[in-house]
Amino acid sequence: MEPILEVKDLSISFTQYGRGTKQVLLPVIRDLSLTIAPGQVVAVVGSSGSGKSLLAHGILGILPYNSHMAGEITFLGQPLTPKRAEKVRGKEIVLVPQGVTYLDPLMKVGPQIRKGRWDQSARQASRAVLERYGLGADTEERYPFELSGGMARRVLIATAAAETPKLVIADEPTPGLDARSAKRVLGHFREMADSGAGVLLITHDLELALTIADRVAVFYAGETVEEANAADFTAGKLRHPYTRALWNALPQNGFVPIPGAQPGPGEVGEGCPFAPRCPKQQPECLGPVPYREWDGGLVHCLDPEGGE
Amino acid sequence: MKHRLMFTGKKLIRMALLLLGVSLAAFLLMSASPLDPLQTNVGQAALGTMSQEQIAKLEDYWGANTPPVERYLGWLGDFVRGDMGTSLLYRQPVSQVIGQRLQNSLWLMAFAWVISGVLGLTLGVLAGANRGKPVDKIIRGYCWLISSTPAFWLALVLLVVFSVWLGLFPIGLSVPIGADAASVTLADRLYHAFLPALTLSITGVANIAMHTREKMADIMESDYVLFAKARGESTRSIVLRHGLRNVALPAITLQFASISEIFGGSVLVEQVFSYPGLGQAAVNAGLGSDLPLLLGITVVSAAIVFGGNLIADLLYGVVDPKIRRGVARK
Repeated sequence: MEPILEVKDLSISFTQYGRGTKQVLLPVIRDLSLTIAPGQVVAVVGSSGSGKSLLAHGILGILPYNSHMAGEITFLGQPLTPKRAEKVRGKEIVLVPQGVTYLDPLMKVGPQIRKGRWDQSARQASRAVLERYGLGADTEERYPFELSGGMARRVLIATAAAETPKLVIADEPTPGLDARSAKRVLGHFREMADSGAGVLLITHDLELALTIADRVAVFYAGETVEEANAADFTAGKLRHPYTRALWNALPQNGFVPIPGAQPGPGEVGEGCPFAPRCPKQQPECLGPVPYREWDGGLVHCLDPEGGE
Repeated sequence: MKHRLMFTGKKLIRMALLLLGVSLAAFLLMSASPLDPLQTNVGQAALGTMSQEQIAKLEDYWGANTPPVERYLGWLGDFVRGDMGTSLLYRQPVSQVIGQRLQNSLWLMAFAWVISGVLGLTLGVLAGANRGKPVDKIIRGYCWLISSTPAFWLALVLLVVFSVWLGLFPIGLSVPIGADAASVTLADRLYHAFLPALTLSITGVANIAMHTREKMADIMESDYVLFAKARGESTRSIVLRHGLRNVALPAITLQFASISEIFGGSVLVEQVFSYPGLGQAAVNAGLGSDLPLLLGITVVSAAIVFGGNLIADLLYGVVDPKIRRGVARK
């Protein structure tokens, strides 16, 4: 089946002023690759500061003006140029943002969902879509500050479901929600995938992501270190040392922390960004590390676990 | 509703205290003024030819022999009873002088207030929505230029260009010279008020535009504008639907706060254009030691400025859903 979204060697960098008037290119995402098929939920998992949100903005073509994007993005078999992105965003590609700050604080929920349309059919559609997520008709008349955290999240999902998207990008849709509400919210994304859309779920919560994702891409310091089937995690089939560390850091898997911290943008050399914290570090890790197929997944490591 | 009444009541008490303070300050400044009322108003030469009795009479008239505390308390007592006294210079009740002058000034200030508000908001929104682009640079450049231009100097330049060189507008006053008061038309008044009002508008625009630009630029970088972009809304729609809505609250504050600046500016501008407004009367009263008139003008203008801010606060409660709904639910 033709993939909905194919991202190949995507890099995003920012122009910043270094000392004096010297401009510095600050790479934030390096050589990221990703494929989403129809009906699939692909989770991009990484800790905060790894550049996950920029991936979403890059696909939608809404990066800030001082950024540069390189690489290929293909949407439904056609290259996703900035011009095409402008045309399809909000229609075929929709974003579900993080929280209530993404709603206009001075506009009622109803008009926000309708995007400025006032006709009868738009009103019916917005009512229907709110109802679908268990929100009453009174929600339309509320301002964002009158919504609870869970309601705001569902309103944001409703803005996405009000269109008929082929690709849904969910950027951290669960923080601040209790486990039950978070599961419920994620369930809505699973439903969207089951009805044929592709879902890109950007999150820092590996455990929660695994409950609905088909595939998981693990993100570290702007780089995908591993892409694997969700089933591989529970089967213990992990490839990259960082994925292993992330998995072991979950409470039910031992709650084991590792020393060090994720390098920030611009602090990463040519080699593996995880090398300084890696227990299996070799001198070669500081050189170029290929992204290769390994044991049914993809990995960015010279000495991955498992395999032959 | 009860909350809003309480709010207004509190504000009114604060206003009474403010007016008391302002009148006291004006009185103290006037008392400390080195100007001798007799010398400024009668003249050194005329004083020399007068007898002691005449001078004593004049000193009594200008209040030079009354102790300051008694003078202030006397004024305050009358003022509270609604009597603002009689102007020493104009020999008319202060309330009448102020009423007349205010009518002239109000034309001017209302015109300047509306123009600077509308233009300032438009330019500010335009610059903020296009930050860093040529439009923004031009508007910013204009605002900086105007902000660093003294109002009276600008008034002189306009006067020279439009009245002296081009002869398009009168060089001063609020009505045609020598015309019968009954024959003065509204068009005449507008014609005479145009240049002074233009000066006030031009200087008022810069401040409002720069503040609005700042707010608008913040809005354009907000999460909700990013999301609107992600939902495929055009820049035009974002500015009109989200930008204007969110810039409205700070704009109200700015607009009503600008009343005080326009008031201040009108003093200088009226002086240059010999426009018989409140500002000019204030200057005359100050220089001529006309205590009742000066205190009257000070209190009335302070009340107008305060009233403007009060209206802004009340409008906030109507416009901002957080206040409106928050209060309604209590």
